[in-house]
Amino acid sequence: MGPLSFYEIISENTNLLLAFVIGIGFGFVLENSGFSTSRKLAGMFYGYDTTVLKVFFTAAITAMLGMILFGLFGWLDLSVVYVNPTFIWSAIAGGIIMGAGFIMGGFCPGTSFCGAAIGKLDAMVFIGGLFIGVLIFTEGYPLFEKLYLSGNIGAPYIYDTLGMSRGAFALMLIIIALAAFWGAEWAEKKFPRDEY
Amino acid sequence: MEKDRSRKYWNPYFGGVMLGLVLLAANFVAGRGLGSSGAVKSAVVAAVESIAPAHADASPVYKEFSESHQGHPMKSWLVFEMVGVLVGAFLSGAWAGRLKFRVEHSPKITSRRRLIFAGLGGIFFGLGSQLGRGCTSGAALSGMAVLSLGGFITMIFIFGTAFALAYFFRKLWI
Repeated sequence: MGPLSFYEIISENTNLLLAFVIGIGFGFVLENSGFSTSRKLAGMFYGYDTTVLKVFFTAAITAMLGMILFGLFGWLDLSVVYVNPTFIWSAIAGGIIMGAGFIMGGFCPGTSFCGAAIGKLDAMVFIGGLFIGVLIFTEGYPLFEKLYLSGNIGAPYIYDTLGMSRGAFALMLIIIALAAFWGAEWAEKKFPRDEY
Repeated sequence: MEKDRSRKYWNPYFGGVMLGLVLLAANFVAGRGLGSSGAVKSAVVAAVESIAPAHADASPVYKEFSESHQGHPMKSWLVFEMVGVLVGAFLSGAWAGRLKFRVEHSPKITSRRRLIFAGLGGIFFGLGSQLGRGCTSGAALSGMAVLSLGGFITMIFIFGTAFALAYFFRKLWI
């Protein structure tokens, strides 16, 4: 019965060791999907390479379905799995700032570590920027505090907010994903770039 | 022939399924999803605490972070996970013959320009990830997998903003 660490099936140190192992999987999959190159990632926003959308959306759906099934089979106690708290205004502001960082830097934090691991100097500079950005927040916290704590509505599930059942929302998300994949394949044909 | 094949990236849908399974494993093992910016925060807190302990003690941010991470700030799940990411990405790059020190950029811009914008992008992403309580991995991807409302909001605004600003930064990329 999972989560293994919560039910103390594994010790705290084993949990950290498995974090390392899971991280290896995370890094290997990202790198092998092409996420260590900023030009491939940025291609998403110009339509010439939509790998990001395909990988990201497929991963979200796979994990979501897996969690739902594990929950139904009684393998995973979904009530104790961490659900990100929602602070609406902070989430929106953070998303906008991150989006700006994405189009300027061509990486997100996870992918920049992948790029750095295979020798991309631009990824290493991006990571340097990350440290500065986090430090700006921690040092300037009094300035950000009001925004950071605004719009707190707990940790709601999106299907509750929309008044749907979990299964109905999951089905809807899968249909949206399939439509997005179709659009992505179309965009790559419309805005092709051979070499980059 | 064999070598050429190994250099190709995975099919994105296959990569996505694999990434989803890794994320599922994280939730099954630790009851939490994947994350990246959290590890950077751990490192920042650890650095500030060791360089300026009195300053860190006086600030609520550092204190709160330390209290939620018993022991050392670097002894966190995400730090171990991100060390794994470096190893995993390195192994993948080595296996596919992609290990090389270089600045990757569009032929239309200089390395210098690329590095300046990479640094700026990192600063924005670092700051934004704090307000968003996670980045593309921790807030958007992991949040979507557990169907968190906040995860969807952050995901929509990250990608929406990047699309909205793409025109203004097109010279960096195309």
